[in-house]
This record gives sequence, structure tokens and C-alpha cells, in this order.
Amino acid sequence: MKKQNQNLVFLAVLLVVILGASIAVDAALPSYHIAIKVIKKATVYALVAVSMNLLNGFTGLFSLGQAGFMLLGAFSYGVLTIPVDKRAGVYQYFDGGAIKFSLPEVFAGFLGDSLGSVVGMLAALLVGGLLAALMAWLIGLPVLRLKSDYLAIATLGFAEILRAFFQWNALGPITNGSNLLKSYPDFAHATSYIILAGALVALILLLINSTYGRAFKAIRDDEVAAEAMGINLAKHKRMAFIISSFFAGVGGGMLAMYNGTIAAASFKSTMTYEILLIVVIGGIGSISGSIIASFLYIFSSEWLLRGLDSGVFLGIEAPGVFKNGFRMAVFSVIIMVIVLFFRKGLMGDKELPDLLRLRSRRKEAPSK
Amino acid sequence: MGQLLPYLINGVSVGGQYALIAIGYTLVYGILRLINFAHGDVFMVAGLVMVYATSAMPMYLALPLVLVITVLLGFTIERVAYKPLRTAPRMSVMISAIGVSYLIQNLAFYFTGGIPQPVTTPIPWISENISLLGASTKRVTLVTPVLTILLVLVLVYLINHTRMGMAMRAAAKDFETAQLMGIKINSVISMTFVIGSFLAAVGSMLYFTNYPSVGITSGGMPGLKAFVAAVFGGIGSIPGAVVGAFIIGLCEEVIKGLGYTTFSDAFTFALLIVVLCVKPTGLFGEKVTDKV
Repeated sequence: MKKQNQNLVFLAVLLVVILGASIAVDAALPSYHIAIKVIKKATVYALVAVSMNLLNGFTGLFSLGQAGFMLLGAFSYGVLTIPVDKRAGVYQYFDGGAIKFSLPEVFAGFLGDSLGSVVGMLAALLVGGLLAALMAWLIGLPVLRLKSDYLAIATLGFAEILRAFFQWNALGPITNGSNLLKSYPDFAHATSYIILAGALVALILLLINSTYGRAFKAIRDDEVAAEAMGINLAKHKRMAFIISSFFAGVGGGMLAMYNGTIAAASFKSTMTYEILLIVVIGGIGSISGSIIASFLYIFSSEWLLRGLDSGVFLGIEAPGVFKNGFRMAVFSVIIMVIVLFFRKGLMGDKELPDLLRLRSRRKEAPSK
Repeated sequence: MGQLLPYLINGVSVGGQYALIAIGYTLVYGILRLINFAHGDVFMVAGLVMVYATSAMPMYLALPLVLVITVLLGFTIERVAYKPLRTAPRMSVMISAIGVSYLIQNLAFYFTGGIPQPVTTPIPWISENISLLGASTKRVTLVTPVLTILLVLVLVYLINHTRMGMAMRAAAKDFETAQLMGIKINSVISMTFVIGSFLAAVGSMLYFTNYPSVGITSGGMPGLKAFVAAVFGGIGSIPGAVVGAFIIGLCEEVIKGLGYTTFSDAFTFALLIVVLCVKPTGLFGEKVTDKV
């Protein structure tokens, strides 16, 4: 009981600090400032990384379909929220598109402008998540019977198939074919991103600590033993897959929000790899690890190491070496070092509260 | 039918190129049970090296250089990224493979500046235009299937009639027992990477003769498709990989010929999923039972 209280207090303090910080940042800086951008993008990546961790780290299903589910979420968000009067411009090659309404405007009709549009945007994200979940259910029927690397390659394949469909001109009135979707609304403040992603991550955390979460971990550790303990393998795998895809879909919608434009071409397998590597850096099987790794990754790639690409880094001027692409090259070397020599990543399968408790226990030990 | 003919000819050629890549996948998977995600990128690097080498030195030096560099790259990848993880769970090795793929792509981006490198001096003779049954094509489309089949015959001979080949077959059958029988497992594994990279380099030279430029992501798709071909034919089986690759190359080009270019990639993956669900061992694969 005491342990649980400690955890709760710790989480509450952490939440208050993060919220306070983000509100302060929002108030102090204009919304186009790089700090805000970094926080927004890192929050989105954190959500997606946690969703991938739920599947790969907690259930032991090595799936590489994340980009496909994010694509679904991103497109549903874009398609459902572009304001009606801007549709003619966005869908210029498809007669203004097939969908003639916009969720934020629909909700604004009876909830008032500001509340209505927020509810509409959230609803669009939710639809994206649900679509991704539905697709995961469909894909899961054949694919979840496969083992480790076959599962990986089949999910990767499904993501590619989805991408091909979204670039298909015949679906253009909805997806705009291979053209961009744009002009849809975004949350101006980083705080909104943090609250939304935080709430979703909290849901995942609750799930992992529930009996279902324990069943997932049992499947990860030993499928045969788990089955012998009476865990329905097929049901629980399907569940983990669907839930993870739901959150990936919502994350994709938020990524679309952050980017300002949606193009199917950007949801390639490279995106999945990037997220997988973030999960590995943070530690496979650690929620807080994934979150910390996303923030570290986005912070250093978008801000700290910018200089590596533009000629000057740490005051050293060497345009010949620090040219376009050097940043990612350095990054991938670091990632390989982590993969080869620090296989547990930052956190292993521990969470932040675990680490604190270890430290306090060490302090107590000599006084006994 | 007349309209489809150029696509059919092209399909056989593309199939041959996929076959050369697919063998690299199937050999490595047969022994290590690892999808070598970096194999497609090795293929891409071979293309880049070819572009740089052929424009800097005479052909008779450039082409062997491409082969040597690619083989060295494959060998190094195995030694640095896979060997330390021999006893690690399969997921770690696969993540390492994805990491290597990411690393190679980013390094290639850095060196090329992200700009696709144009093939300025294509290999002479095979890049000449010829007309075949009324369709105009490059000579490479005819050379590829022939060369592929020749190389495969040599490879099959090596595997069936040499000591190294016997060691490879033993390692593929049972990794640990082979080790106990005194087979130097590390040199066998290195050898599979050397052979795989060599064939990928040949495939790459043929493939990029038909294309105007080599970009950093040019390796990804052919790589994945070759993998699908390997699974389709029965992973671990060399004839299977070749047959699978030819079928996939043909189907893909026919789909392009019918006007559904967007779906030519999707088809390959759909085929993969169908094969995995209906007959996971592929056309020629042996049945593997999982040990508890």
C-alpha cells in the first residue's frame, strides 16, 4: 500500500511540474518558437513510441506496421477537419472532394465556436484511432498467427499496401491522391498536446497494470507457459494489436496536426524504423523510457544538433564536414552503439519510480 | 498481348535482378534465421559505388572494385553488427539489422548530399539499345536472366560439391550440432554474407544499368521485394528464391503494363501475406517445427 502511495505522489508531482512548465513555456514564447515545436513533436512521438512499446515491448509481438496506422489516423484527421470553404482549394484536382462537411464546424454549430471546434478536432482524432483499430482487427485476423520475423515483415507489407491505396487516384475525392492535404486546424499551445498525449499514455499505463497487461507480459515472457496458465493467446494478442494501433492512429492524427500537411509518401517504413529505434533507446518494455527517449531524440535532432547540418557546431566552423545529413549520420552511429553495447537502452524494463525507489533504498540501507 | 510484350520481357529481367538479391536473403535466413534488413541497402551502396567508380576509372578496374567493396561491406556488417549478438534474442538481432539499414541510408545521404546520383557512364555493351520481337529494350534485359541462371548454377554446385558448401548445409540444418562437429561456424556465416553481397553487387550493376540514377532509398523496395521472393519460394531454398523472384518480377511488370503502377508494390506484399497464411513454407521450403 505504501509503495502505491509513493508512486501516486511521485506521478502527481511530476504531472504538476510538467504541466506548470509547459504552461509557462506557452505563455513566454510565441507559438512558432522552436521550443514549442520540439515539445509538440516530442509529445506526439512519445505517444506513438509508447503505443509501439505496448506491442513490441510488453506483448512481445514484433510488429512494423506503425507507419500504416499513423497514416490512417493522419488522413482521417485531415479529411474530417479541413474547413468547408477551403476544400475547393485543397481538393483542386478532385472538384472539392467527396466529403462536404468538417467536424469542427459541425460541432461549432451547437457547442459554440471555441468549444465546438476543439470537440470536433478531438472527434476527428478519435475517428482516426478507431479506423486504425478496425484496420488492425482486419489485418490481425491473418497476420497474428505468424511468428516473430514473419509477423514483422507482414505488418510492414500491410503498411506499404495501405500507403499505395492512399496514393491511388481513384480514391482522390477522399484522400486527395498523391497531393497534399492542408489548411486544417491545429492546437496552438504545446500544453494541449501534452494534456492529450499524457491522458492517452495514462490510459496505456492503466492497461499495462491491469490483469490484461499482466497477461500481455506473460505472453511476452513465454507463450507456452502463458497458454498453460489459461491465457487465451489469440484473444490477448489481437487485443494488444488493436489497442496499440488505436493509439498509433491517434498519434498519426496529432503528427498531421503538428506538421500542417499530410502526404502519404512520408509514412514510409523509415518512419516505423525511427520509432522502433526510439523505443530501443528508451528501453524495450519501459513506458517512461520511451517518453524520455522521444524527448531526447526530438530535442537533439530538431534543436541541439542542428549545427551539425549547417556548418557550425560547438563553435567549430567546418562546412566541409558539418554539411547536410551529418546530424542523422551521427545519430545512427549512436543508435548502433546503443543497440550493440547497451541493449537495455536508457531504462531497461524499469520505470522512473522504480529507479527512485532503488536510490532511496540504497540510502536507507547503511542506517539500519 | 502485343502491348504487354515489352513488360513481359522487362519482367523476366527484373525477376533475374530480384533473384540475385533474394539469394542473399535466403542464404542468411537459412543459417542465422535473420531477415537481413540491411541487404537492400548493401545493394544500394553497390549501385552508388558503381556510379562513382565508373566515372572515375576505366571499366575493367571499376567493376571488380564494385564487387570487392560490396563484399567487404557485407562481411563488415556481419562482423560488427550481427556477430556480437549471436546469443542474443532474435528480436535484438533484427533491431540491429534495422539499425544498420538506417545507418547505411543516413551515411549515403551524407555522402551524396541526398541527391540521386545519375548513372553517367553506364556499363558499355549491355546498356546498348536493341530491338527484340518488335520491342525496343536494353541489352541488359536479355543478359540478366542468362547471367542469373549461370550464377545460380555455379552457386548450387558450390553448395552441393565443396567442403564449404557442405558446412553451410550443415549449419543451416542445425546450427549448434554443426558447431559441435567442428565446423567453424563464424567463417561459414561470413562466407554466406560474402556470397550474398557478391550476388547483390552483380544484381545492382544490372539493375541500375536500366535506371537513370541511384538514390539513397533505391535499395529499400528491391530489397523488400527480393525478400518476399525468398519467402514465396520457401526461405532457405535457393531454387525457390530464384523461381519466386522471376514470378514476382513478371507479375509486377504485368500489373504496370495493365496501368496499375501504384499497386505494383502493394501486390508483392499482398502475395507475401497470402503465402504466409496459406503455405508459410513457400513453394520449395522444408517444414520447420518450433522447438519449445
